[in-house]
Amino acid sequence: MAKKNPAGKRSAQGPKPAYGKVRLAETDIGTTVFRTDPLIVKDHYEIDYIHSYAEDSRFFRDLTEGKLSGSECTGCGYRFATPRAYCMECGAATRWMELPLEGRVHTWTTCYFGSEAFLKETPFNLALIEFEGVNTLLLTRLIGATEKEIRVGMTVKAKFRRLAQFKPTDVYFVPAEKP
Amino acid sequence: MRPVYMISGGITKFTKAEPRKSFRVMVKEAFDYAMRDCPKLTRERIDGTVVSYFSDHFTRQLKAGVMAVDMCGLVPKPTIRVEGGGATGGLCFQEAWRHVASGWLDCVVAMGFETMSHVNTWKGNEFIALASDTNFDYPVGGFYTGYYAMMVVRHMHEFGTTVEQLAQVSVKNHRNALHNRWAQHHYDLTIEDVRRSPMVAYPLTMLDICTMSDGAAVAILASEEVAEQVCANPVRVLGVGMGSDAMRMADRPHGEVILLKHEDPKWYKGLKYPGVHSFRAGRMACKMAYEKARIEDPREDLDFVELHDAYTSSEIQTYEDMGLCKYGDGGKFIEQGHPELTGMIPVNPSGGLIACGHPVGATGLMQAVFAFWQLQGTIAKHNEGDGYIQVKQKKSPGRRRMRGAIHSHAGTGTYVTVSILESTR
Repeated sequence: MAKKNPAGKRSAQGPKPAYGKVRLAETDIGTTVFRTDPLIVKDHYEIDYIHSYAEDSRFFRDLTEGKLSGSECTGCGYRFATPRAYCMECGAATRWMELPLEGRVHTWTTCYFGSEAFLKETPFNLALIEFEGVNTLLLTRLIGATEKEIRVGMTVKAKFRRLAQFKPTDVYFVPAEKP
Repeated sequence: MRPVYMISGGITKFTKAEPRKSFRVMVKEAFDYAMRDCPKLTRERIDGTVVSYFSDHFTRQLKAGVMAVDMCGLVPKPTIRVEGGGATGGLCFQEAWRHVASGWLDCVVAMGFETMSHVNTWKGNEFIALASDTNFDYPVGGFYTGYYAMMVVRHMHEFGTTVEQLAQVSVKNHRNALHNRWAQHHYDLTIEDVRRSPMVAYPLTMLDICTMSDGAAVAILASEEVAEQVCANPVRVLGVGMGSDAMRMADRPHGEVILLKHEDPKWYKGLKYPGVHSFRAGRMACKMAYEKARIEDPREDLDFVELHDAYTSSEIQTYEDMGLCKYGDGGKFIEQGHPELTGMIPVNPSGGLIACGHPVGATGLMQAVFAFWQLQGTIAKHNEGDGYIQVKQKKSPGRRRMRGAIHSHAGTGTYVTVSILESTR
């Protein structure tokens, strides 16, 4: 630390300048380096969003009560298995409607690789489900059947998590009969 | 709208990871290549730029567009960034076209890039999957290969398309790429090789899917006046078209086919369209581009197509959207060899995304550059003397000039652009 002049007294040369003497405190925060030429370092980034389900909120609340909610257009009657506030066909507002808990596999896949968030869950099945009298589909996980067993058109039924996570995976589908 | 010409283009060789160059330098290199190829064009004649890159997550640099522009010495001229998923490059090309066609600017550089190596592949898959509905799709297991796999499973169910037919697309595109020095993968494959490679999402294997890449591409567009003054061999943008569809595949309707001029409604009785087996946006884009370019029958009126084959399955689905064959016949179309280099209409003579890679913001512009060289007849010049993939004009009565189409496509068919280019030779 710089030596201070006696209080209130100034030397003949005036106050001694501090610059040149100040320095940033050192830390033990280092950087992960993968290679040096070119210099490649680890650069961390993380964020928690304050995400509102807004007009879709009821869908997620209904899942906790074992109900699947879609949308029905108040103008043209078009019925959407995945809810949406306004009709894509005619633009009118929709109202909530309850979907049957049984449907058919419209199409499917088994993922052996995936996004980082779901990598530990592989292999998993994705399926688009069609419902009687409903115009559009619902994307879901299908469990209880393997790649060799799943068929387009097979009957499946909805199951719900007992402890909700308020995610679309609170509902999932299983084969209605033994595949 | 006034006539617009492409007067030059440049690309970097796409690669899985290019840590020695930032996106700015990659764009600059592609830009310099284009400027060298059109020596009479000076920077002073360029009026502005349009820049495309898909994901701020990959770049982790907001307003990255202007950084590419300032590296090229093109500030303080007007610039804008465009983004639309996988079709980002195609949208960039068309935005530059609009700048010139409208008469606002006379010479515009469309420049695109992506640096996808900045995260690991599984994180990259996550970033890409954020381009699906984050309330209803992404949390279920967001993975684009999974989405396309579901689309083609339905295609197989509806039309009897086979996994071998998918594999044939990979074989064809990789084989074309053996003669393209700009391609990333030079593989001589068999159908069995494709089927034996690791399964990613049934039925798509590793070799059915393009590679996330680093790279840049540039296309320079100009008015007739500028083109005449600076370019000996320009290519005319004959017509552009664009289409869209619902973000969620689940929302796609099951209605009637949007017909092209040469199609008969009787072909599609009982077919529910587009469902998840076809890309309505692609059909819409084609219909519009064909009408603008006065194309009656694409099978006759186009000499080649560079289309968005992020997956072998989407190439087959796109043959149908583009009217190269009937809906449902895409599998047979490749099986019969029609899109091969020597077939009825060569598709992806460059090797496409499957062999060249898919640095998203650059991809649509890469297609423009390959198409430009094809129509100039300069493939060999840009390809170390190898002109094997140079397509020749079909013999068709009543048409004097060679034509090609470029097709750029975003996730599950949400945005699709189609642009028709014509030689002036």
